[in-house]
Amino acid sequence: MSGFFSPFITKPVSVSQIMLHVLFALIPGIALYVWFYGPAILVSITLASITALGIEALMLKIQHKPVAPYLKDNSALLTAWLLALSIPTLAPWWLVVVGTAFAISISKHLYGGLGNNPFNPAMVGYAVLIISFPAYMTHWLAPQGVGGVSMSFSDQLGYMFQGLLPDGLTLDAVTMATPLDTLKTQLHQHSQIEHILNMPIYGHLAGKGGEWVAGGFLLGGFYLFAKRLISWHLPVAFLGSLFLIAGIFHLFDPAHYAAPLLHLFSGAAMLGAFFILTDPVTSPTTPRGKLIFAAGAALLTYLIRVFGGFPDGIAFATLLMNITVPLLDAWTQPKVFGKKEKRS
Amino acid sequence: MKTLYQFHGGIHPPTNKTQSTQTPIRLAQLPVKLVIPLHQHVGNCAKPVVEAGDYVLKGQLIGRPDGHLSSAIHASTSGTIAAIDMQPVAHASGMADLCVTLIPDGLDKWIELAPCDDWQSLPHTELRHILRNAGVVGLGGAVFPSDMKLYAHKHKIKTLVLNGAECEPFITCDDLLMRERAGEILLGIEMMRTLLYAEEVLIGIEDNKPEAIAAMQAAVTAGGYARMEVIAVPTIYPGGGAKQLIRVLTGIEVAAGVRSTNLGVQCFNVGTAYSVWRAIRYGEPLISRVVTVTGNVAHPQNFDALIGTPMDELVAQADQLPGTTGYIMGGPMMGVLMPSMQVGMIKATNCIIASSDQLFPAAKPAVSCIRCTRCADVCPAELQPQELYWFAKAKNLDKAEDYHLFDCIECGACSYVCPSNIPLVQYYRFAKSEIWAQEAGKKAADAARERHEYRESRIEREKREKAEKLAAKEKAAQDARAQRAALAAVPETGTMPVAAENPVQQKIQAAIEHAKLQAAAAKPKNTEQLTPHQLAEIADIEARRARVRELAKDNTEE
Repeated sequence: MSGFFSPFITKPVSVSQIMLHVLFALIPGIALYVWFYGPAILVSITLASITALGIEALMLKIQHKPVAPYLKDNSALLTAWLLALSIPTLAPWWLVVVGTAFAISISKHLYGGLGNNPFNPAMVGYAVLIISFPAYMTHWLAPQGVGGVSMSFSDQLGYMFQGLLPDGLTLDAVTMATPLDTLKTQLHQHSQIEHILNMPIYGHLAGKGGEWVAGGFLLGGFYLFAKRLISWHLPVAFLGSLFLIAGIFHLFDPAHYAAPLLHLFSGAAMLGAFFILTDPVTSPTTPRGKLIFAAGAALLTYLIRVFGGFPDGIAFATLLMNITVPLLDAWTQPKVFGKKEKRS
Repeated sequence: MKTLYQFHGGIHPPTNKTQSTQTPIRLAQLPVKLVIPLHQHVGNCAKPVVEAGDYVLKGQLIGRPDGHLSSAIHASTSGTIAAIDMQPVAHASGMADLCVTLIPDGLDKWIELAPCDDWQSLPHTELRHILRNAGVVGLGGAVFPSDMKLYAHKHKIKTLVLNGAECEPFITCDDLLMRERAGEILLGIEMMRTLLYAEEVLIGIEDNKPEAIAAMQAAVTAGGYARMEVIAVPTIYPGGGAKQLIRVLTGIEVAAGVRSTNLGVQCFNVGTAYSVWRAIRYGEPLISRVVTVTGNVAHPQNFDALIGTPMDELVAQADQLPGTTGYIMGGPMMGVLMPSMQVGMIKATNCIIASSDQLFPAAKPAVSCIRCTRCADVCPAELQPQELYWFAKAKNLDKAEDYHLFDCIECGACSYVCPSNIPLVQYYRFAKSEIWAQEAGKKAADAARERHEYRESRIEREKREKAEKLAAKEKAAQDARAQRAALAAVPETGTMPVAAENPVQQKIQAAIEHAKLQAAAAKPKNTEQLTPHQLAEIADIEARRARVRELAKDNTEE
């Protein structure tokens, strides 16, 4: 017997399955990541996953919560993957560990664990790292075929775990500023957009390689949507708003403001739209709340990217909008059945 | 083709209906005993009119309606009343209620009935009276006395909605009833339409019952009914909820706390229409109904069973399988687990599911809510169940009410879809009952306060009256003394009467003094009954104050 009270039947769906689907949806993006940047990201993801599960188990244990059911919900894994995907490929191992440990312990469990954290744990982890270790957070690998020098997998492992580079290689030779960063720096040096975009790191829409990875996340997003794991509100409102804001600036001054599609396919925009903003725990629950939340995140992302000091704005935009969630939820309560309009 | 409307949300649980629709409705065997609760309807419990040991005929009144909102209860067969006592009943509370235990004599002998060939000639009040005395109540689950719902002013009700949707999984009693007895259902519907002066009749049946739809449509055509339409509605749970069906068929949303009749709609279950017809045309009281017996049984099917039939006897006729752990009355979404397998079936029993661990596996342990809003997506009342859960869990009942807790129809769709396995609807039932308890408590406290205040004022008044009486007496005595003194002043000294009067006088004086003391003592309430230590402290404080006052005086003078 399922219990003493109805309903006696439930839909066979669990948090664990939902999270598994989301992890699955990340795979196209990760595959393309490996294709363009080599398998180092898989090492980061594995390292983050192990750390996340370990810290999760530890935190559950010291809080006397049931370890097994919560460990199996896959939510810690998702946080780990998202964080690993957000930080540079050539990150030293301890950077991954510190970021993940902070995300799981402080920003998730100290706020009450699954379902109770007001801020997106992966983004808190990212924010802590970029503020504490800004130098390490710029070590983005150049995609294959850009920069001339490439690192073998063993070279990458050597750097990640021992901080050693092969003889004759410098960090500057194998890493590069991200396309968004380059754009900002070049614009500061009074270059024109069209000249900047002719640089070898740019591809069809945005950064070479990066644009494809973004496309992979977009594909994963479609999967989530098809599986009804996310509603359209957040991704559509986020990408739409970002497109609109970037489009207005671009129309106004195309020489100094990049085309909207560059913004959509750069940095963590796609990852954010489908996998980060859509974290149900830290986003609004009402349809209107979701639209406002996503539009606000898009505006903040654009402002940070174009006028701010950080290379990308998704993390801080997400965290800032996370603050507004309880208010948005309270303000945007939908009307209930039969009470939508006054009837006489 | 009629335009249909949609309601928000809804779910598609496995219907599990075909198991019990393979064979026609079967007349259930006469049970060994019948346990007939006297409270099977909304309103007051019926008053028993028989005693243990009485012989009753089938259809004989055994409980008369008590008050305006109540209904009659009848003997389901002929036999002897064995007992009238408290027994476990088929109710969510699991509490015992007053039941009549009837031992059938096997003759199944009817009482003399009063059939009516020409019901149109009867005044409406008479028809309602017949229904009330026949114990006809809503058979869709609400068991509201039907006569109360069949009253309307002319032109008030536009649409009469007949509910044949039967959206809950497993239940097929209305389906079979419509397949087999469509003609009589329609006759009952026509009667209802007349009583309500309703213009049109819409019969909503979910599209997973094509046979029932065809049978009803054929009967409408055969009967030549005007402005009566059989409409296939989409199969979605809880599409058979009255509010949801009214929405789908008419587009009207009946908000919580609003009567559908105020919006021009009345809604009845098709089974009720059938019972209305039987009650008026043949004078048969409601002593049996169609009930689906399904679940962990070898031959799931529908029975026409007598009210009061012990559930285990009925389920045995469908060949109960081993591993049965209990009976659920109703469907798996909103049904109620029976307190015992022997409880008698009641007018509200549309389905009995023999449950087993295979059929309804144990629920997985609940984990934290991740605010995924699947519950909000399926809520037909368009609530935010995740918020309500939060408030109910925190016992933040005011907030729960602000978020429309009482608009929840407890359909259980939220619990069904919750990936965290949270029994959401349980939280809402809990919060509702907490609020009801609080309100009852508040009412009781208000009543107690009023009683107390009244008592205080009475005591005060009595005291005053006593004092006035005493004063009057004293005045009279003084007058008398003065008179006597005047008289005595003439011939002799009247020491004797004065002396005789003195003790009384003293007593009165003492009483007055005592009352005064009491009044004085009553004034500074917070200084009553102080310990010597406290008194000392107060004296101390007073002394300090005096000193400060002195000092202040000194300062100002300087």
